Amino acid sequence: MAKLKISDLAKIKDRVHQDTSLREGGAQVKITVHMGTCGIASGARTILNTVMDALGETERTDIIVTTSGCAGLCSHEPMLTLERLGEEPIKYAKLDEAKARQIFMRHALEGEVQTDWALAKGTE
Amino acid sequence: MKRFRMHMLICGGTGCQAAGSVEFKEALEAELKKQDASDEVAVVETGCNGFCAMGPVLVTYPEGIFYVGLTDKDVPELVEEHVLKGRPVERLFYKEPSAKELIPEMNDIPFFAHQELIALRNRGVLDAESIDEYIARDGYQALAQALTQMTPEEIVDEVKKSDLRGRGGGGFPTGLKWEFCQKAPGEQKFVLCNADEGDPGAFMDRSILEADPHSVVEGMTIAAKAIGSSVGYVYCRAEYPLAVYRLQLAIDQAKEYGLLGTNILDTGFDFDLHIYQGAGAFVCGEETALMRSIEGKRGMPRPRPPFPAQAGLWNKPTILNNVETWANIPQIISKGGDWYASIGTEDSKGTKVFALTGHIHNIGLVEVPMGTTIRSIIYDIGGGIPKKHRKFKAVQLGGPSGGCIPEEYLDTPCEYDAIVKAGAIMGSGGMIVMDDSTCMVDMARFFMDFVQDESCGKCTPCREGTRRMLQILEKICDGKGEVSDIETLEELSATIQEASLCGLGQTGPNPVLSTLRYFKEEYEAHVIDKKCPARTCVALLDFVVNEEACTKCGVCFRACPVDAISWKKKEPAFIHLDKCIQCKTCIDKCKFDAID
Ligand SMILES: Cc1cc2nc3c(=O)[nH]c(=O)nc-3n(C[C@H](O)[C@H](O)[C@H](O)COP(=O)(O)O)c2cc1C
Repeated sequence: MAKLKISDLAKIKDRVHQDTSLREGGAQVKITVHMGTCGIASGARTILNTVMDALGETERTDIIVTTSGCAGLCSHEPMLTLERLGEEPIKYAKLDEAKARQIFMRHALEGEVQTDWALAKGTE
Repeated sequence: MKRFRMHMLICGGTGCQAAGSVEFKEALEAELKKQDASDEVAVVETGCNGFCAMGPVLVTYPEGIFYVGLTDKDVPELVEEHVLKGRPVERLFYKEPSAKELIPEMNDIPFFAHQELIALRNRGVLDAESIDEYIARDGYQALAQALTQMTPEEIVDEVKKSDLRGRGGGGFPTGLKWEFCQKAPGEQKFVLCNADEGDPGAFMDRSILEADPHSVVEGMTIAAKAIGSSVGYVYCRAEYPLAVYRLQLAIDQAKEYGLLGTNILDTGFDFDLHIYQGAGAFVCGEETALMRSIEGKRGMPRPRPPFPAQAGLWNKPTILNNVETWANIPQIISKGGDWYASIGTEDSKGTKVFALTGHIHNIGLVEVPMGTTIRSIIYDIGGGIPKKHRKFKAVQLGGPSGGCIPEEYLDTPCEYDAIVKAGAIMGSGGMIVMDDSTCMVDMARFFMDFVQDESCGKCTPCREGTRRMLQILEKICDGKGEVSDIETLEELSATIQEASLCGLGQTGPNPVLSTLRYFKEEYEAHVIDKKCPARTCVALLDFVVNEEACTKCGVCFRACPVDAISWKKKEPAFIHLDKCIQCKTCIDKCKFDAID
C-alpha cells in the first residue's frame, strides 16, 4: 500500500462510505424483495441478486434493499416493492432479471413508475 | 462495486466475547454461507457496544434492529427468518424492564437514547480492525488539518478553548498541560497514553481501545505535532489482550498508510508510536511510576516537581493523557474547541464515559454530557436496581480513590466540583451501584484491602498506614471493633492523606472517610451493637429466623445447600446452628430480611 496523501483520505472515505452508509439511515429509496418460500421457489433470489448488482454499478448510497416474507400473492411471484421517500410504494409482480433491472434503473434511480409491470400501489 | 444489502454488526468487546460472541459469529458466517447469502450480508465485528449486560449483542442494518443474548443455536432461525425473509425474530429482541414491551430498534432503547457519544462515537458502528472504516467516519481528517493548517500554538489553543480536563481521574486541564510541555526546552519530547486502568470495576479505556483504537492514535499524533515530539508510547496493561491486539493492528495499519512513521501524509512530519505492556500494578497508573516502568525500572512514583511536562520519561519533557482524553482530541480539532465547550456545564465541559456496574440492571458503558445527574445515569440509563425487594443504597465513584454518594445526593450533576462537594470524585469513570444488601464497612474494607495490596511501599504513611487501617476495618467486620477504632480510622486517614508521596496514598482513605460521613451509624452498629445491618459480615450474624418478619414462604429451606433449615407450610423456618455452615445463601434469598 502506497503512503497516503491528504487527498487520498477523501477517496477512501467515498469508497467505503458507499458500503457503510447502510448503517446511517436516511435512505431515499427502499426496495423490498419478497422472499417467502413461494418467492424463493419462483426465483426471488435471482431478482435480489440482479437488484444488488445494479446497485453496485451506481454510486448511490441512499438506496437500501431488504427482504420480506411472502406478499400473499404467491401466483404473482417473484415480486418486489419499491418505495421512494414521500411517494406511495409500488408492488411489481412476475418479475424476471430484465424487468428487475429496468425497474431499478428507471424507477429507483429516475423515479419513473414502470406501470406495465406494477401490480398495485400502497401498502397492505 | 459489489454491495451488501445488509450489515450485521456483532459486538466483539471483551464482555460479549466472554458471553460467546465469537462462537456466534462463526456459526452465523457458516449459516450465511450455507444459505448462499455470504455475499449479500456483511458480518462485521465491532468493539464494545456498551450494553455488556445483554451480550452477545447484534445490530442489523439498514433496519437498526437490536438483538440481545444470542447463542449459536439462534443462528438458523435468525438467518432463515430475518436475513432471507425479512422477518425480524421478536423473541430475541431486547425487552425494556420498565416498558414491558419489546423494543427492537436501537434508538428506542432508553439505555442508548439518553447517551451522547463523543469519545465513544464509533463504538458499535465500525469494524474496529479496519482503518478504512475509521477513515470513512472522517477519521484522520483532524490530523490532516492539524498538520497542514495549524501551528502548534493553534492546536494547543483549540484544546484550551475546549476546556477539556483529563479523564484519567485528576481532571487537570489538558490544553494547559500541553502548553507547559510545548514551552519546555528540549529536543526530544514524548507523548504518552495511560491505558493502565487499574480501578476495580472500570473498563472505559479498554472498551475505547477495543472499539476505536485509531481515535487514540490520531489524538496522540496531533499532540505530537503540538509539542514537537517524534515518539510516543501507549502504556497498556497486559491483562487487556484484545485491546493490545487491536491497538497494535491500528498502529501497523496507520504506518502502512503513512499516517504514522516518517513524512506523515506527505507533510514532512514524523511520529512513531509503540505499545508498552504493563504488568498490572495499580500504582503504575500514577504518572511518574508509569514513566519509570517504561524506562524498565520498578514502577514507583517520585516526588513532583519537576513535573513531567519539564522532566518526564527519561527526564525529557513529556505529556501523559488518559485513553478517553485522547479519544476526544480529534473531534475537538475538527469541530473546534468552542463546539466541545458548548456541551456540558459551566464547570465541566464535554461528556464523560462511565462504566456502570454492581447492583444495576443495565451493566455497561455509558457516555453522557457533563451535568447529567447521577440519578439519571442510574435510573434512566441504567434501569435502576435489579432486585425488586432491594433499595438503592449508594454509588461508589472513583474506585479506591473516590467516595460514595448516598440517595440524598443522587441529584448531584456530573461535574468535577459538585461531585467533590458530595464527598466523592469524578474519577476515571468507574460507577459501582450498591443496593441495601451492601455493608458499607465491608465495602470500605474491600477498597482498603485493594489500596494496601497495591501500595508500592516506597513511602511509610501509605505502606504502614493503609495496613493499619485495613487491620482495624477487618477487626470491626469481625465483631471485635471498639468505639475508639472509629476515631483512630479518622486520625490515620488524615495523616496518610497529608503525608503520602503519591495519589495512591493521598486518596486511599477516601472510601473510609466517605462511608464514615454518610454511614457512620453503620460503623457504630458494628462496634457498639455488634450487628451488621446489611447482613454481610458473617461474624456479626446469628443465623436465627426472626419469626415476626418471616412470611413462612420456605424459600430459605429450599435454598440451603446443607439442609440446615427445617420448615413446614404455615410455619416459620428454623435454622439448625449445628448444621449451618454460615454460607449466607438463606440471607441472600430471603426477600423479607427475616434472618438475623
Ligand atoms: C495510584 C494512581 C493510579 C492511577 N491510575 C490511572 C489509570 O489507570 N489511568 C489513568 O488514565 N490515570 C491514572 N492515574 C492518573 C495519572 O497519574 C494521570 O493523572 C493521568 O493519566 C493524566 O491523564 P489525564 O490528564 O488525561 O487524565 C492514576 C493516578 C494515581 C495516583
